[in-house]
Amino acid sequence: MTTSRFDSYRPPEDGPRRRRRTSVRDAVTGAARDVVQGGRSWLDRDGGGRREAPAVPDAEFVDYYGQPVIKPVPWKHEIPAYLFLGGVAAGSGLIAAGAAATGRPGLRRSSRLTAMTAVALSGATLVADLGRPERFLNMLRTVKLTSPMSVGTWILSGYAAFAGAATAAEVSRMVPLPATGPLAVARTALGVVEAPATVGQALFAPPLAAYTAVLLSDTVTPVWFESRRQLPFVFVASAAMASAGVQLALGPGRTGPVQRLAVLGAATDLVATHRLEQHLEGLELREPLETGPAGRKLRLAKALTVAGGLGALGARRSRALAVASGVALAAASALTRFGIVEAGLESARDPRYTVGPQRRRLEERRARGAVHDSITTVG
Amino acid sequence: MGYLARQLAGRTDPAPDAGWEEAPERKGFFTDTSICIGCKACEVACKEWNALPLDGLGLSGNSYDNTGGLGASTWRHVAFVEQSKDRILEARASGRRLVDLGMPQVGAPSPAPSPSATPSLPPAPEGHGPDLRDLLAAANGAGTEETAYPGGGEVTAAEVSAMGAPLPDFRWLMASDVCKHCTHAGCLDVCPTGALFRSEHGTVVVQADVCNGCGYCVGACPFGVIERRTDSAVSVRADGHVPDVGVAQKCTLCYDRLTDGQTPACAQTCPTTSIRFGTREEMVALARARVAQLHEQGFTEARLYGANDDDGVGGTGSVFLLLDEPEVYGLPPDPVVPTARLAEMFRTAGIAGLGLLGAAAVAFLGRRP
Ligand code: SF4
Ligand code: SF4
Repeated sequence: MTTSRFDSYRPPEDGPRRRRRTSVRDAVTGAARDVVQGGRSWLDRDGGGRREAPAVPDAEFVDYYGQPVIKPVPWKHEIPAYLFLGGVAAGSGLIAAGAAATGRPGLRRSSRLTAMTAVALSGATLVADLGRPERFLNMLRTVKLTSPMSVGTWILSGYAAFAGAATAAEVSRMVPLPATGPLAVARTALGVVEAPATVGQALFAPPLAAYTAVLLSDTVTPVWFESRRQLPFVFVASAAMASAGVQLALGPGRTGPVQRLAVLGAATDLVATHRLEQHLEGLELREPLETGPAGRKLRLAKALTVAGGLGALGARRSRALAVASGVALAAASALTRFGIVEAGLESARDPRYTVGPQRRRLEERRARGAVHDSITTVG
Repeated sequence: MGYLARQLAGRTDPAPDAGWEEAPERKGFFTDTSICIGCKACEVACKEWNALPLDGLGLSGNSYDNTGGLGASTWRHVAFVEQSKDRILEARASGRRLVDLGMPQVGAPSPAPSPSATPSLPPAPEGHGPDLRDLLAAANGAGTEETAYPGGGEVTAAEVSAMGAPLPDFRWLMASDVCKHCTHAGCLDVCPTGALFRSEHGTVVVQADVCNGCGYCVGACPFGVIERRTDSAVSVRADGHVPDVGVAQKCTLCYDRLTDGQTPACAQTCPTTSIRFGTREEMVALARARVAQLHEQGFTEARLYGANDDDGVGGTGSVFLLLDEPEVYGLPPDPVVPTARLAEMFRTAGIAGLGLLGAAAVAFLGRRP
């Protein structure tokens, strides 16, 4: 369908930069030109093709050819995977410490091994994202408190060090070692460091679970930045339910505390997610959380959280139920991370979500009479 | 304000904060888009001097803007906006509103431009189109009749003279964009490796050999400037080697030229002096004088962008004079550096972390096996 006779000269539209969904600029300029010139002229580049001008022009703001104002963070699936694994590692570390403190050797062993595996995998995803292992070391060349990524790398490294010592102590008990010789000495040494390592791991666990929210919030990505007061709660709850879920699924006899943590985590996750959605709704930023692949993931995550949380309540009675609800909770946590990351990236790609909330914020300030802090001035 | 409080938000002189002793005066650009002719000489000069690879060739269909935007290999970008008379009127009204709101400005506002403002305009160069003074005189002298401009059925001459400046049916806004070299630069604050640093000139520079390509800075720039160079870039060198693929790149404000007391390539090459370079103080002063002049001539759509040290990034090193709202040019209307809220973020995360610790403790209270 062509309405402008010059449309055939237009080059093929290329790439994702050309995305425009509501075509606000089209609506405004198109309608304006129609009025002024009494019809569409050659100037009206938006006259034909697949871009339709909505019937009611949304005159809230104009954009620049639908181009994003900010750049989305160039992260792929490694980063949400990293967030999920970090959460599992953190929660498992806490479970391990709890199990050690309350004398539950089975739970202690499996949660320590889970924590170690998860932290090793999360390091691997980080390296995969950076491309080369030495780049991870490059991150450790400095400590920078203004950079959540720098702080996070140190938290991850600290956690991994303590988790490594605790896991080594655990493993040394699992494998038969000679009664004398260097290996025996090593085992004794590990026995000595085990308790401090457990405490260290438990103390590094909450920052490991929570800093990832700061990592996302400390960007200009609209959905993440505006979530800064809710996201940490979503992420720690997600970490709790995922790690408890993994333990529920791993084997029998792990009910009790793990079950309680799973239910607590799932309930908190639902409440925190709800608060996050309400907050973003007020800023007209909820749409990215509800549409597209991100919306599908987050809806599924919510359903799995409810199902897993309810299942965890009855986990003591049925082994199959325990496994199913554990898997559901872990999957819900993973989906939450992927959904939040994708929703954020989507909100960065569409200028509506950058300009709209900023414009509104600015107008509100101006309406209050605060004009001193605007980036636009007349002198 | 203490040293620490200054680091994340608010007014400050960035170079001394970064530890430079006896730093030279802060440098910056003033980009006056009202005289930009869209020749893209700045884009080319920047590419040439900095040996930037090609992003690819193609036509975007967005007016004459085939570059698209700033990126890893495009450190100056000229935007082209096509506007109809309605939009020009809106821009003029919104600019006037800023004055009415009492936006910070220098000198007395001059709301009612008189025909006497006309002689302050320079004459048009010989043989180069109509003289703006004639147009102004025509507009102001047209009395209550319809304006003399073609297609001007919407706006009466009275309205036009109230605004003082001729109102064309159509205009192109051409604006050369660049890294803002923010006072509080999100990119610099969040970089985990220290690859980004504050130069002695108060500018923000990337060290490609230190950057590990994490891409975090990309998400922290409120202006969408810095970007990681992708391997789809095309070399501009004969040997086909594309430098710095996978690391973050952006305008350095020609750090190498500044070190030798030279002017950045874009400013040096700009044929209309639309891009000016100097100390930031000079640039802000120039910008203020220019916006006052335009307002006096009735071009109330003129406004400054980045000249306010109290804005969300503490003022930018690159100051712009725009002829419409920032978002028209693809600039954010109210950018805030994300690290300004960092304390709040860490505090919330701390509370959430304590909550997790508490939840784990509660879970393990209960009956022992
Ligand atoms: S505009 Fe962006 S890239 Fe430039 S200094 Fe500011 S934050 Fe950094
Ligand atoms: S991509 Fe490079 S410059 Fe940007 S934050 Fe990461 S290490 Fe720093």
